[in-house]
Amino acid sequence: MDMTKLTSTLLATTVLTCAAGAVTAQEQLNALVWCDHMDPALIAPFEAEHNVTVNLREYEGTGAALALLDQSRPGDWDVLVIDGIDVFRAVDAGILAPLDAAQLPTADFFPEVVMEGVNTVDGVTYAVTEKFGYNTISYNTANVDPADMESLSTVWSEKYDGRISIYDYYLPVMGLAAISQGIATADIGSDNLDAIGEVMGTMRSRAASVAGVVAAQTALATGEVDIVVGGGEWLTAVLAEEQPDLTWTIPSEGAVRWTQSIGVVEGTQKPDLALEFVKYIVSPEGQARLATSSCFWGMPANALAGDFLTDDQKAILRWDDQPDYLALSQLYPAPDDALDADMQDMWLDTLSQ
Amino acid sequence: MTTTGQRAQGWGFVAPALLWTFAFFIVPFIVMGAMSLATLDGRTLIWGLSFQNYAELAEKRFLWRAIVVSLEITLTVTVVSVVLAYPLAWIIAFNVPKRWQRLALLLAILPFWTSYVVRSYAWLLVLARDGVVNQTMLNLGLIAEPLTLANTRFATVTGFVHFFVMLLTLTIYANLVQLSPNYRRAAQDLGASAFQTFRHVILPLTLPGIVTGAFLTFVLCIGDYVTPQILGGNTELTVPQVIMVQLGRRADFPLAAALAIVLMGIVTVAYLAAARWLRLDRI
Repeated sequence: MDMTKLTSTLLATTVLTCAAGAVTAQEQLNALVWCDHMDPALIAPFEAEHNVTVNLREYEGTGAALALLDQSRPGDWDVLVIDGIDVFRAVDAGILAPLDAAQLPTADFFPEVVMEGVNTVDGVTYAVTEKFGYNTISYNTANVDPADMESLSTVWSEKYDGRISIYDYYLPVMGLAAISQGIATADIGSDNLDAIGEVMGTMRSRAASVAGVVAAQTALATGEVDIVVGGGEWLTAVLAEEQPDLTWTIPSEGAVRWTQSIGVVEGTQKPDLALEFVKYIVSPEGQARLATSSCFWGMPANALAGDFLTDDQKAILRWDDQPDYLALSQLYPAPDDALDADMQDMWLDTLSQ
Repeated sequence: MTTTGQRAQGWGFVAPALLWTFAFFIVPFIVMGAMSLATLDGRTLIWGLSFQNYAELAEKRFLWRAIVVSLEITLTVTVVSVVLAYPLAWIIAFNVPKRWQRLALLLAILPFWTSYVVRSYAWLLVLARDGVVNQTMLNLGLIAEPLTLANTRFATVTGFVHFFVMLLTLTIYANLVQLSPNYRRAAQDLGASAFQTFRHVILPLTLPGIVTGAFLTFVLCIGDYVTPQILGGNTELTVPQVIMVQLGRRADFPLAAALAIVLMGIVTVAYLAAARWLRLDRI
């Protein structure tokens, strides 16, 4: 092969490689998500329909996500899933782009979880609720009297000393402690933090462990504990088939309602594709798949998802009880920075006892 | 006498390592030190020369407590691991035939082949109320009720020891096999008993292997997050766990950096204490 031919071949190869790379780049969508979006059963239909690859990166904790986005270049990320109460933090940081509210099917949503106050800032929609559920009480019916689980006062009583695990996240657990004292989660402040701290101390003294999602599931499944304070359908639903004794309830005092939202990242180079992804996730089909994700289950925000869920799946999600549950539950505590720091300190202090 | 060319060649050989160390240790360390002197105003990072984050160590009981817990666990793990690893290394070095020693070492490090997280969860199942340990003791009539073994400091220490005994066995074994048998023969010729030979000859000569392994154990243990999180059940907090909480939701990098600097300070003190016996060429 002479030099001219060799040079031509190398140039052609380089150009083709670059072109292939460019084409590949156009077909990628990068999403920063929670683990329930990692389920191929949820993502594969969107990838097939739009002929794209969705690159998913899982994160834990809004702080970690904001730090990651802060270190990224504009355009690195296209979609963000975020705790509903933290949407305003992402908007403040300039991370979320405005969404065209007219393209979102919020009219089909359970009204309580549309939450314009959370997803909208100064009249501009930045995110949409995609899933919700409850931080409440999960327990093993084989070892626990279900009647005791109907009141928070008896859940962490002496009767269940050493049989309790506490979910390892201070906001919902402190929210439950507040509710047990008749303090609304929206009213948590520095003036009633001591009262909440006392309940936390009692709760902690009865607990065998303070566990994350997998550890709490393992503890319940292996019989290490019989109750998870802060648990809910997201904890026990994936275990329901193999261990029907594991269930959950909302006590008479109420529970904490969690929500997660999804939005398009500011600076994305693919705003249309990113919006299509958001629309897919909040469509009835996408919602049914997200609700029953292999990582954790939760209620879909879109009520039409019920048409795509089986009766068994709806029974596990307590579909028919939702009106009562929504009425009885309160939104996550949404503290400002100073209160958030105080609550976190109190949590760490409680764990160190 | 070295020529300029030889010196340049020498620098050429070490330059990649120096650059690597500078880029991936010195620079990050300086950034972390600077971060520890910054403050968080709401969600805004304020760079400066504030010692507020270090002052919080004295003010907040849980921070101080986390340091104490980390040290207690690390020292316990290090001592227990040395006590268990030494006899194991001795048996492999002196009681196992030469041709089987490689296989014995392979078996000793077999648990390294399993994922660290998986191994921790496996220990959680072993120590559970209806796990192997409790069921065995119940069946033997040794206990009437299952013991609380999981989600305790005992579980954390057990998980760590299982891991670090392997590491220490390797460093001590490497030291033991380098010892000439003539040392023992000479001690016995001079009338020393087996214990005296060990106490006054073998043990001092194997201190570098022990201290090197113990120091590595100390460093890896005090900075570990996974084992206390999974096996300890958050029943008490170590410094790495507190650091993770600072980063998880509030992204309080300044306080997390200050805690990381404190950990480095502790490791530096441990190094200075062990430096006299640290001999990496013995392993």
